[in-house]
Amino acid sequence: MSVAHSRLRYGITTAVAWSLAILVFFPIFWMMITSFKTEEQAYQLSVIFQPTLQSFREVFARSDYLSFAGNSIAISLGVTLLSLLLAIPAAYSMAFFPGPRTQKILLWMMSTKMMPSVGVLLPVYLLWKNSGLLDTVSGLIIIYTLINLPIAVWMAFTYFCEVPKEILEAARIDGANTWQEIFHLLLPMSLPGLASTGLLLLILSWNEAFWSINLSSSHAAPLTVFIASYSSPEGLFWAKLSAASLLAVAPIMVLGWLAQKQLVRGLTFGAVK
Amino acid sequence: MHQPTQPSSPLRRIVLAGSLALASLSASAATTLTIAALNNPDMIELKKLAPAFEQQNPDIKLNWVVLEENVLRQRVTTDIATNSGKFDVMMIGTYEAPIWAKKGWLYPMDKLSADYDLNDVVKTARDGLSYGGKLYALPFYVESSMTFYRKDLFSKLGLTMPEKPTYTQIADYAKALKEKGGVYGICLRGKAGWGENMAFLSTLINTNGGRWFDEKWHPTIDSPEWKKSVGFYVDLLQKYGPPGASTNGFNENLTLFASGKCGMWIDATVAAGMLFNPKESQVADKVGFAMAPTGVTPKGSSWLWSWSLAIPKSSRQEAAAKQFVQWATSKDYIKLVAKDLGWTSVPPGTRISTYKQPEYQKAAPFASFVLNAIQSANPTDATLKKVPYSGIQFVGIPEFQSFGTVVGQSISGALAGNTTVDAALKAGQAAANRAVVQGGYQK
Repeated sequence: MSVAHSRLRYGITTAVAWSLAILVFFPIFWMMITSFKTEEQAYQLSVIFQPTLQSFREVFARSDYLSFAGNSIAISLGVTLLSLLLAIPAAYSMAFFPGPRTQKILLWMMSTKMMPSVGVLLPVYLLWKNSGLLDTVSGLIIIYTLINLPIAVWMAFTYFCEVPKEILEAARIDGANTWQEIFHLLLPMSLPGLASTGLLLLILSWNEAFWSINLSSSHAAPLTVFIASYSSPEGLFWAKLSAASLLAVAPIMVLGWLAQKQLVRGLTFGAVK
Repeated sequence: MHQPTQPSSPLRRIVLAGSLALASLSASAATTLTIAALNNPDMIELKKLAPAFEQQNPDIKLNWVVLEENVLRQRVTTDIATNSGKFDVMMIGTYEAPIWAKKGWLYPMDKLSADYDLNDVVKTARDGLSYGGKLYALPFYVESSMTFYRKDLFSKLGLTMPEKPTYTQIADYAKALKEKGGVYGICLRGKAGWGENMAFLSTLINTNGGRWFDEKWHPTIDSPEWKKSVGFYVDLLQKYGPPGASTNGFNENLTLFASGKCGMWIDATVAAGMLFNPKESQVADKVGFAMAPTGVTPKGSSWLWSWSLAIPKSSRQEAAAKQFVQWATSKDYIKLVAKDLGWTSVPPGTRISTYKQPEYQKAAPFASFVLNAIQSANPTDATLKKVPYSGIQFVGIPEFQSFGTVVGQSISGALAGNTTVDAALKAGQAAANRAVVQGGYQK
């Protein structure tokens, strides 16, 4: 193949990658510029306008952003830690000591994700009400953990399967117990994978909106509830909604950028052999 | 409360324990009310002014949950149906109030304070919130529907909008505006939903002599009145309306009209305040208004809706909640808003006394139209032929939310050109029939 040919191919792939990236990023970009418009400008398609902080001022005056953000941080960190704590031992036993039903259990776990959440709203609501978990941070951590656990177990399971069994066996022969095996060998070896699992859990629980809106009202309300309060069927709200959304996604977007390398490495871990 | 860090003597401990107990006592004596509110300008203003109430009642603290209409409805229904008591005051509409009262979910609004002056509250609004002769919610703001049009374009084309237009006239004007005015002749709701396109269409059907059900709860969606009305609506919007009308709701039409792209718009009276506000509207000095158009009867030609404050039976703080609800719907509160934002922005439609204020009449030229529309909208007598239900732009039964939206989706489909009007109405008829048969309404 000639040099010119491969250059052309390189050019085409680059162009495709860029257009896809722009396509994905465009709505976020549009939200960003809308948040700096006035309500009236927000309904026009122009990109040339006098930027204003009016919507941000309004949003800060109307609701207590820090309290919502604090809840979001507490909830997503709690969910990530709790899920990993439960998923790692589960995945360990499934990957290294599979029983005759392990595959079926894995599939069954995934099947719980296939039901629409609203289907169990009333039973969950009643359970939460009777155990005093409504509108509490711990109540939301529990429900999010239950939702995200299948994903966490599946991901950890996949990463653990990449770890050669022989290394763990060698450690066992040398007298290491299960905990030593997990902490000194398994976790360091699958760290990139587990880190990206953690990041994914963090992002998923940050963005979850259905349960947070239904199970919290004021004390435990995270940023998704904060956004939901800015949409309106009667009245102009796009600029304020965009400002609120920008404030809500900013922390997690910054985190995503910082952890980009780790995330990509973890998600493609074991993809090429 | 922080623990003391230094070692303490027994006496000190007793004093500390005593003061701690006192502190917790006084803390529990303060009542916290959680209010589920809708995100609209009037409610946001209420939230802003609420500290005045807290100052007058230092033992009551207010906690706000502000949500969008559909989310709010789902959230509040879940709470009330499971008797969870997370909310002490709820914002509900004319549709919910009688249905929830019938189920025993709400405290009646009786024993109001002497200076509340209940007779000053517009009667049709009170009737819409009553069940079995008892009032179950106090209206916070009330809206009806009316016609908005562009005065400048009308005079340019030599047209005059009568105070009480008919739909035939509206169609003629729409044609002229589209062909010679350089704008879309008319903007109407097309987005599917019982509170979206069906709100407008129900008024159109009422005034053309139609109804949702006959006295025996048989749906009449395939009747000639429905065919005539829906056919007229689809034809009007397809010929003279904006492109993609089937996805336009209140906000989309508000934007179109406020940016000068629509010649006429028939929608909620609450839009008047927004269209007259030069900060939000480019046509603030060019808006004219008229009553909602009529067909063969004026009955049910304009709708009635009020966002109202109610107290769920699950609340453990009825007395404090009632105190707040009365404050938020009082004459004094209206004056407070007038002082803060000016008279144009006071919650409309609730009290006759508001409309008697010379300042309000001056600041809001649309005031008398709004009051007239609200007072003449009677939810218990909205159709030419008799019906077994109450409600103008809705049928006051729980099943309506679901089948109303299904009918709305079929008609929206016809407007988009995906199906014919006849097929849409046939599907709607079947859906409505299924719902009332399952609900055991037909005897």
